[in-house]
Amino acid sequence: MTRRGALLLVPAVLLLLVFFAYPVIWLLMRSASAPHWGAQNFVWLVRHPVYLRVLLNTVTISATATICCVVIGYPLAYSMATGSERTRRLLGFLVLVPFWTSILVRTFAWMVLLQRLGLINQFLMWFGVVDRPVQLIYNRLGTLIGMVQVLLPFLVLPLYSVMVRINPIYERAAATLGASPTRAFLRVYLPLSMPGLLAGGTLVFIIALGYFITPALLGGPADTMVAQLIQQQIANFGDWGHAGALAAVLLFGTGLILLVMRSVFGTRDAWNVM
Amino acid sequence: MERHVRLANKMLSFAWWRMARRAMCGLTICYLVGPLLVVLVLSFSSAQFLTFPPPAFSLHLYRNLLQDPRWAASFVTSLKIMIPSAAVATLCATAAACGVIRLNAKAATLVSVLILAPIVTPVIITAAAIYGLFQRLGLNGTIGGLIIAHTVITLPYVFITVSAALNAVDPRLEAAASTLGAPPLTAFRRIVLPLIMPAVLSGLLFAMVVSFDELVVSLFISTPEVQPLTVHMWSDVMGDVDPTITALSSFLLCISLLAVFAQRGVRLMLRRSDVDLETAASS
Repeated sequence: MTRRGALLLVPAVLLLLVFFAYPVIWLLMRSASAPHWGAQNFVWLVRHPVYLRVLLNTVTISATATICCVVIGYPLAYSMATGSERTRRLLGFLVLVPFWTSILVRTFAWMVLLQRLGLINQFLMWFGVVDRPVQLIYNRLGTLIGMVQVLLPFLVLPLYSVMVRINPIYERAAATLGASPTRAFLRVYLPLSMPGLLAGGTLVFIIALGYFITPALLGGPADTMVAQLIQQQIANFGDWGHAGALAAVLLFGTGLILLVMRSVFGTRDAWNVM
Repeated sequence: MERHVRLANKMLSFAWWRMARRAMCGLTICYLVGPLLVVLVLSFSSAQFLTFPPPAFSLHLYRNLLQDPRWAASFVTSLKIMIPSAAVATLCATAAACGVIRLNAKAATLVSVLILAPIVTPVIITAAAIYGLFQRLGLNGTIGGLIIAHTVITLPYVFITVSAALNAVDPRLEAAASTLGAPPLTAFRRIVLPLIMPAVLSGLLFAMVVSFDELVVSLFISTPEVQPLTVHMWSDVMGDVDPTITALSSFLLCISLLAVFAQRGVRLMLRRSDVDLETAASS
């Protein structure tokens, strides 16, 4: 039985070894072997403040996007988890539709809205907030507006799956024992929902680190992220050494975060989002 | 008396908090769904530019979309990639999921990590790596290459879905079938397969959507001659904002809506098969 079981694995494992594991390892090896063996590609990275700046940008943008997702995603997940069956279904549907919609479509929608004479600027001028159109796109603000919207479901869905399992009786018990709603929430509900918040937050952060589409379309030259730099190195310069070094840094960072989360929360929490 | 006041205060603050939370949820939902609705409305605009609200309604953007053979060509390319890759990914991933549960814990973890790796690896790395490999194999810009790449990307999603369903299947059912004399293959086909079928379909659907929406890897490995829809849309969006894209976006939005509903349908099927199993077990 075991031998036959192993046979079932052959096609998938072979496919992933040949067309995923091998090329990824090849790419990472380039960082040390192209054009010749040595640490020159990492030295290049450290010597150029421009590229260090890109790495710093990537971390700052990802962290800001994660914090924004947490701040606006938490109340949404809470309402989904504690609302009536109808609320739950409606909100679930409204979160899943954008989740299933192509990132390109959603980013394009933001391009339309954030344009110089787009809907948002029209609104701001109509309400008299500003008297001239403000620059909302091709800068960090645009990148963040777009990224947070795309990444929000990745926070809300795992958070919701944890929250829905929290028995409301705990919070009520705290209230009966004299805790104010705020105190009951902070001391009872928040700690119980923490695993979901951390799993969702980590997921958002690591997706943001390697993000390509939205920053490329909504960001400006000053908001270049590491994924765009990898793409440029390959598409414009064919420089596999530099691309490999950047990929190694990105993969190492992502892996490190996953490992830390895994050791803190056990194996499965970070994965079972899909 | 004082206690009553305190209680009233508590309820009041609770009501306040709830109202604030509801308002915030409403805003968040607007933020999530609003842009898509705006694009949907704009796609029916009669204007040559993207002005909101549209001066009048017309279908001319959809006409533009349908009359341009390049859009049709890239749509067909997307289908040509999606159908074989989703099918192969579903077959391989279902087989792998069935194989993994027969392994011991250590080996199962090892194999699962390999199969799930494409999900956690930043997609730009996967894209660059596959592009490099295909450059050496001469597969860039071929349908075959795109199919292989999409199979690699979609396989883990099917694997997760099917594995979850398989773990929920009571192993005693298959054992019972074997005890009653069913050969392993029959036991699998007659007992396990029907139980995990909704998950397999759900995985297939997932794979189809992921493949159809995939951009980053396709961007690296496609050429202007062989271009899936998303890559075509990307190259069109990069320059300026062409109103025709709103029609295309609305079309893609409808496809994702269908996917959400289909996913719900599959989940209902799944739940029903659970119920069937319970009634079968109790009778």
